[in-house]
Amino acid sequence: MDSDDDFISNMSSEDDVMQDDTDNDDLSAADEEFDVFDDEPDDNPAVTSMKSDKKKGVSFDVSFRVYRPIDVQNQQDEMIDEVNMILEMKKEDAAIMLRHFRWNKERLIEDYMDNPTKVLEAAGLGPSSSRPPELEVIPGFMCDICCEDEDGLLSFAMKCGHRYCADCYRRYLTQKIREEGEAARIQCPTDGCQRIMDSRSLDILLTSDLNERYRELLNRTFVEDKDILKWCPAPDCENAVECGIKKKDLDKVVPTVDCACGHRFCFGCSLNDHQPAPCELVKKWLKKCADDSETANWISANTKECPKCNSTIEKNGGCNHMTCRKCKHEFCWMCMGLWSEHGTAWYNCNRFEEKSGSEARDAQAKSRVSLERYLHYYNRYANHEQSARLDKDMYQKTEKKMVQLQTASGMSWIEVQYLNMASQALQTCRQTLKWTYAFAFYLARNNLTEIFEDNQKDLEMAVEALSEMFEKPITELADAKLKVDMMDKTAYCKKRRVILLDDTADNLANGRWTFSIDLKGLTAGAGSTGPRR
Amino acid sequence: MSSAQKRISKEFQECTTSPPPGMTITLPSETDLHKWSIQLTGPPNTPYANGVFNLTLSLPTEYPFKAPAVNFATRIWHPNVTNDATGNICLSVLKPENWKPASRVKGVLEAVRQLLVEPNPDDPLEARIADEFRTDRAEFDKNARSYVAQYAKAGK
Ligand SMILES: [Zn+2]
Ligand SMILES: [Zn+2]
Ligand SMILES: [Zn+2]
Ligand SMILES: [Zn+2]
Ligand SMILES: [Zn+2]
Ligand SMILES: [Zn+2]
Repeated sequence: MDSDDDFISNMSSEDDVMQDDTDNDDLSAADEEFDVFDDEPDDNPAVTSMKSDKKKGVSFDVSFRVYRPIDVQNQQDEMIDEVNMILEMKKEDAAIMLRHFRWNKERLIEDYMDNPTKVLEAAGLGPSSSRPPELEVIPGFMCDICCEDEDGLLSFAMKCGHRYCADCYRRYLTQKIREEGEAARIQCPTDGCQRIMDSRSLDILLTSDLNERYRELLNRTFVEDKDILKWCPAPDCENAVECGIKKKDLDKVVPTVDCACGHRFCFGCSLNDHQPAPCELVKKWLKKCADDSETANWISANTKECPKCNSTIEKNGGCNHMTCRKCKHEFCWMCMGLWSEHGTAWYNCNRFEEKSGSEARDAQAKSRVSLERYLHYYNRYANHEQSARLDKDMYQKTEKKMVQLQTASGMSWIEVQYLNMASQALQTCRQTLKWTYAFAFYLARNNLTEIFEDNQKDLEMAVEALSEMFEKPITELADAKLKVDMMDKTAYCKKRRVILLDDTADNLANGRWTFSIDLKGLTAGAGSTGPRR
Repeated sequence: MSSAQKRISKEFQECTTSPPPGMTITLPSETDLHKWSIQLTGPPNTPYANGVFNLTLSLPTEYPFKAPAVNFATRIWHPNVTNDATGNICLSVLKPENWKPASRVKGVLEAVRQLLVEPNPDDPLEARIADEFRTDRAEFDKNARSYVAQYAKAGK
């Protein structure tokens, strides 16, 4: 538990991975490593309420499966075995055929039954001698690549019969694999011969480290060829995730998946989790923000002036509830309004009040209103992003103190985990809140938007309250009462998030939202299931 | 590297004893087998006919596992050759995905010559010239000939 990435990973796996209906034993074992809280007593209120959420099977969740590198390998091997049995062809040939057909097994079998010669030829498996390839010394042989002809020269020929010395074959393969990153489509070194290097030949020729790299590259093409598989985009993660959501459905569902490494990302676009906003909306929003980057500078300022006494106030936690050190004025960092009003029904920090059309007659006024509207949502979006960072900083400071407290008070590691849980919940909830503002920016008003805004407000208030608890001095944090409060608040935040996402996802799936932009990305193509050229 | 030397000198020998049609191949420096000079006479029945073009061919240290590079040293009006001093050529056999270690320089040179007989406007380096080639062949031929007259006259 020493890096922040670790505790984020705990959150996501604890939260959602268990819903994933994986039936792979190996994978479940891998999940257990992340399941730190599994053996906590069930009378813990936070854990209990979370588990009940989980059982419901919430509608914004998509089903998915995580594959480790070995699982990716096994999946390929299984398909190869099947084709090997059904079409009675050698495994190395079956592998080449499958890669040629981008792992569309059904189509391969169908086409093969139809015209085996044509299919074999197209896949680079033309007529072959049946003798298995091996390294040989052939008297009088001269290698056409290096022009060596010395006695005892070890040579090799693929099934097409094109023979070169073993060194040349190896140098060629090294060039292809190391320099060009090629694996699935390495052809015979002969000009014009399209025969594909099979795995048997490679096993004979390759050194073990090159073979490893070759397998890696093959795995890459396997995942990249299949629309239902994607690499986890986390920098050091080698896992792939399977999810059945099609590109054309991305205007109806936001497929967030949880890798076993703890990274939560969108299966549709590989960006970090952006529920409830659909991929196309996210794309447009990010582009807009990049285009209007000067507005971004406005929010990045960490200091503002107290609206009452004008003294400079620095924000150093994620919480938006500010108290001026000098005059004790309490206000909201976001809207600079009185904090006391935020707890009431009048609270509308999240909603943009559309001014009546009368004052926005001319083009200039209209563009000012539209800029104000954008800034309203942008600032809240950016603020949650910034606050998430600040919350994390705050947690890290607290965590250090907790370690000291642990040693001083004799509290066990497990007893201080509620802080960890709270911090993770804050991160996830702020991530969701952040995207609700991009969502709202493009959302056209209808009879459902008010419910959405209420949900947004409720989640936001819950998050701010939890965030505020973190700013308590360490001695108070250790207090048993605050601990219970914090666990309750954590559970409440999670619950509000589920309610919000449930509502938005349900309306999205049923086409009840209207957006000011087209959510059908133009990129959604027919998919690439056909054989390679 | 010695194995590459063996292969290169063999290829050079082949290319000088039976060169591709209209070509003369020499080494600018006797000590450097990796740099070749080629003089190419424009193929008959093309706007390049009778033009004399100088080309350079350089073989990378990784040759034959990496493709050689060929450039026109003489300016030429052609959709697949950059219309500048570098004279880069777009030749599919030289692309890494098409180059095979058993491919030969002679084949490359033949392909260069073939490109003068049959330009490939669908994969151009000079879009303007490719357009002209497709839409106004007479104008293209005229420009190509005037380039020959200006830059590629025999004895120049
Ligand atoms: Zn050799
Ligand atoms: Zn071959
Ligand atoms: Zn991952
Ligand atoms: Zn997405
Ligand atoms: Zn003040
Ligand atoms: Zn506010």
